Amino acid sequence: MPSRRRALLSLAVLIGLALLSLLVALAAGSLPVSAADVLCALSGNKGGMAVEVINGLRLPRALAAFACGGLLALAGTLMQVLLRNPLADPYVLGISGGAAVGALSAVLAGLTLALMNLAAFAGALAAMLLVFGLAHGDSSWTRSRLLLTGVIVAAGCGAVVALILSIAPEEGLRGMLFWLMGDLGHAISPWPALAVLALGLVVTLPFARELNLLSRGDTLAQALGVSVTHVKRGIYVLASLLTAVAVTTAGSIGFIGLVVPHLVRLAMIRLGWGNDQRLLLPASVLFGGSLLVLADTLARTVIAPQQLPVGVLTALLGVPVFLFLLGRQPHEQR
Amino acid sequence: MNTPLLEATRLEVNIGGHRICRDLDWRVDVGDSWAILGRNGAGKSTLLATLAGLRAQQGGGLNVAGLALPHAGLGAGARAMARVRGYLSQHQFDPFASTVMETVLVGRHPHLGRWDWESAEDRRIADAALNELGLDGFAEREVQTLSGGERQRLAVAQLLAQQPQLFLLDEPLTHLDLSHQVAVMELFGRRAAAGAAIVAVLHDPGFAARYCRQALLLFGNDEWLAGPAADVITAENLTRLYGHPLRELGVDGDRWFVPC
Repeated sequence: MPSRRRALLSLAVLIGLALLSLLVALAAGSLPVSAADVLCALSGNKGGMAVEVINGLRLPRALAAFACGGLLALAGTLMQVLLRNPLADPYVLGISGGAAVGALSAVLAGLTLALMNLAAFAGALAAMLLVFGLAHGDSSWTRSRLLLTGVIVAAGCGAVVALILSIAPEEGLRGMLFWLMGDLGHAISPWPALAVLALGLVVTLPFARELNLLSRGDTLAQALGVSVTHVKRGIYVLASLLTAVAVTTAGSIGFIGLVVPHLVRLAMIRLGWGNDQRLLLPASVLFGGSLLVLADTLARTVIAPQQLPVGVLTALLGVPVFLFLLGRQPHEQR
Repeated sequence: MNTPLLEATRLEVNIGGHRICRDLDWRVDVGDSWAILGRNGAGKSTLLATLAGLRAQQGGGLNVAGLALPHAGLGAGARAMARVRGYLSQHQFDPFASTVMETVLVGRHPHLGRWDWESAEDRRIADAALNELGLDGFAEREVQTLSGGERQRLAVAQLLAQQPQLFLLDEPLTHLDLSHQVAVMELFGRRAAAGAAIVAVLHDPGFAARYCRQALLLFGNDEWLAGPAADVITAENLTRLYGHPLRELGVDGDRWFVPC
């Protein structure tokens, strides 16, 4: 594990990376802006067209991207500890499926954007409660049961989504598909997501060492004084909420929740720091946030003026990188 | 007489409708070293987990260092409990990569405050524990590359770093070669002599007779027998316990038991 000083140093570097990614997001786009424009916009001055674009469009969108990336990465890290499986991610447990059903139903019913977000959130919560209620039972709150229930609920949601898509009128279809693939274009305000992200970190960081123990098995954690049942329920509810907020803000963006904790963990293992959640949680948030900001910037500039769904981009970039790193690792250990 | 480290009164433990023990009156004092013997499925591990406060008993009273179980072991009292009793599980899980040093330091958890990081003192304790198990020089090794025996010794080192007074050991000798089996039993013997107490689930009655001063036999049909090892561990009792005839051999004052 890293010393406290090294952990703080790594976090400082990652904060630098996050700020850099935000600056890139503000500067890049179809309307060219100068460094002076960016500074002018950030200092709150009124200015020309460029400042307007930065303050009105790019900054809220970049912040929303950062918040969603952070939320998904944090939820993924928590789910991986909960299921004690490095392949778990927020979408495995059916939460995004529920959100998708909610959002698409709202579009089908012709509701406004705000109501669609509300429906997505309600859908995510409903899926979470359904999985929680079914898997909870009396005392057998086991990982396999939770995972299986989540997978089944996700499959059910997938079927409903397919049903909605097949009966939806032509004109709504494109918006639905964009939502399903993740799109930050209609993020209304970044602040709720940022606030929930901050709350998530504040709630989990004091329990980071408990999570370290939990990742080594329930019995060990219980024997060393962790009240396992409470912590596990807390993780599940929190991770679900984080996912729900992220999905509501930006649609379903896959891959960040799975890949970011994994990449951070790989880096920590390279450095001989093991799997310490005290660093892993905040580092995943910062790295996940930065990654999504950059991915979204790429998505809206690469074939501008046309925009790509950012979820497609995260997967297209993430899959090869992930496979490369995963394939490389065991050879070095031998 | 000082308070016992562990006291069971009329304890009843069941698992899956099967009764493991009933009316178990038993106490473990400072300096005791108990062996729990019984055939497969007799409920040795289940009883040990109950004593550790990891599962609730079905009846009777259970006290560990004055803390009443099961409530102390399951809820908010779990931390206080973890500073008094240590539990060595039969299985170790390493789903995520981790170093040996990190794994030992996990044992320090109950002694650290919420915002504390492991101090130099914690690392010194962890180093001493690794040394005691012959794992010096392993600190930076990746846990998933250890052999079964090395991993088991690492689990014992983690338990030593926890510094409990009551050691509950579920098959502490699993995966260990003979020299390490002896080393581990002697190590826990020294702990008992220095003011701790040991309760160990064992499979070799010879080891139990040689290294433990007391023994608890579980017959699997809710019958039990507890007492000084010299009285309880006999060829006659063991024959009944394992359902197979056993013979006692004496070598230089040690008693060993072999199947007929």
